[in-house]
Amino acid sequence: MEEAVVNVPLEQEEYIINMGPQHPSTHGVLRLVVSLKGEMVQNVQPHIGYVHRGIEKMCENLTYQQIIHLTDRMDYLSAHINNEAVCLAVEKALGIEVSDRVKYIRTILSELTRIQSHQLFWATYGMDLGGLTCFFYGLRDRELILDIFEETCGGRMIVSYNTPGGLMNDIHPNFQKRTKDFIKYFRKTLPEYDRLLTGNVIFQERLKGIGRINREDAIAWGLTGPVGRASGFSCDIRKHNPYSAYDKVTFNEILYDEGDSFHRYQVRMDEMWESMNIIEQLIDNIPEGAYAEKMKPVIKLPEGEYWQSVETARGELGVFIESDGNKYPYRMKFRSPNFVNLAPLNIMATGFKIADLVAINGSLDLVIPDIDR
Amino acid sequence: MDNLQLAALAAAIAPGNEIVQGKQFVEMTVAPEHLISTATILKQNKDTQFDMLVCITGMDWGKDLGAVYHLRSTVFNHMIVLKTKVSDRENPEIDSLCSLWQAANFHEREVYDLLGIKFRGHPDLRRLFLDSTWGYPLRKDYKDDVNILGR
Repeated sequence: MEEAVVNVPLEQEEYIINMGPQHPSTHGVLRLVVSLKGEMVQNVQPHIGYVHRGIEKMCENLTYQQIIHLTDRMDYLSAHINNEAVCLAVEKALGIEVSDRVKYIRTILSELTRIQSHQLFWATYGMDLGGLTCFFYGLRDRELILDIFEETCGGRMIVSYNTPGGLMNDIHPNFQKRTKDFIKYFRKTLPEYDRLLTGNVIFQERLKGIGRINREDAIAWGLTGPVGRASGFSCDIRKHNPYSAYDKVTFNEILYDEGDSFHRYQVRMDEMWESMNIIEQLIDNIPEGAYAEKMKPVIKLPEGEYWQSVETARGELGVFIESDGNKYPYRMKFRSPNFVNLAPLNIMATGFKIADLVAINGSLDLVIPDIDR
Repeated sequence: MDNLQLAALAAAIAPGNEIVQGKQFVEMTVAPEHLISTATILKQNKDTQFDMLVCITGMDWGKDLGAVYHLRSTVFNHMIVLKTKVSDRENPEIDSLCSLWQAANFHEREVYDLLGIKFRGHPDLRRLFLDSTWGYPLRKDYKDDVNILGR
């Protein structure tokens, strides 16, 4: 008779589980293949490509004005800044200088975009870690910015407001007043965010020291945006290679040395204050001028290679255009920040618990269509 | 350092490569067999210090396949463009730069996925977005029957 098996310990060896692609905390269709030993993460392999649309290939058959509408669909939370990157690259290639009015408006809208993106980050990050209230607070305030976008740009999230040479149309007469009202309101509301979540002991315990990456690794992996700056890597394109009106404003680049999940969160919270400062410096001084330069209906870039990087809410978006003098680009490449920031997830998460993987993944603030393109 | 000085310096420390001033950056064309040695020099020289690999772009120039590397120095905030090309379209191979910049890992996998260029010495060269039944869509001779835009 066989011996009865009692008290068999659970599996000792490594086993593998799939997280996603339909997992709420991956914020989209990202699949992580996680090797576990007990509760400890041994290895994480991201599998991407579920929303790969071949944007770079599509660009080879589209004019530059049309390409702008595709860039909205990459990082849809930084849609305006993505548009700007393509516009700046095309304007640089053609040698067009846009008016100060355009530069100011682009900068204000970029910063509003950054605030609404960080608001959504705050909302969903709180939710990932079990605080559902954040989600309602964050989305409630984000709605105010989307209303401003709707009035001026016509679109709420995917705005497509920039065109090569300027803007689609002039700002709405209410734009300045509503933006100032929002800033006034949000200066009072943002401390509430801290009271609700930042100071929470459970929240801090779950994030401090989790998913640490140091400065050398951050540079070697090319991490940019809040992820890089939380590790002390000064990588803000707005500071180092200013575009639009960023050379006319003063603001601080937020830097921390710890490089853990909590400080990635903290960088974004501080950046919202800085963004409000930038908007306040510009909103009353929008100069008069044309909202768009006169452009030919068919844009042909001179032969050559062009590069433009901008600071989106998630890091450095680089646009690389190789033109053969035609109305379509010969090759168009987007260096998207999320794609690069996802790569070191394995070294960040190894050695932590699987619940920490959710916290680390959330602190990277990934937008999956930007990874897949 | 401005582009003129950078071009002169690059010519001095890594001789034998074709260096031209592009529209924005100094562009250096490197033979595939010299890619690693040139990149190592550019990274380690104390006056250039290209410690960040910003982007790798896979290219199909019609006859040649290749890659374009955008390098940046976080110390001096200057950029340089490295290019390399191989003419073998059946079995193109370029050395991997993962040992110098970890960022190359995902970028090279993307180039392999979309253009079919193999990177020698890559730790984990698998397709990234597409499955193995796809061709290499970013090649100019790729035929796509369902592409609405191409028709």
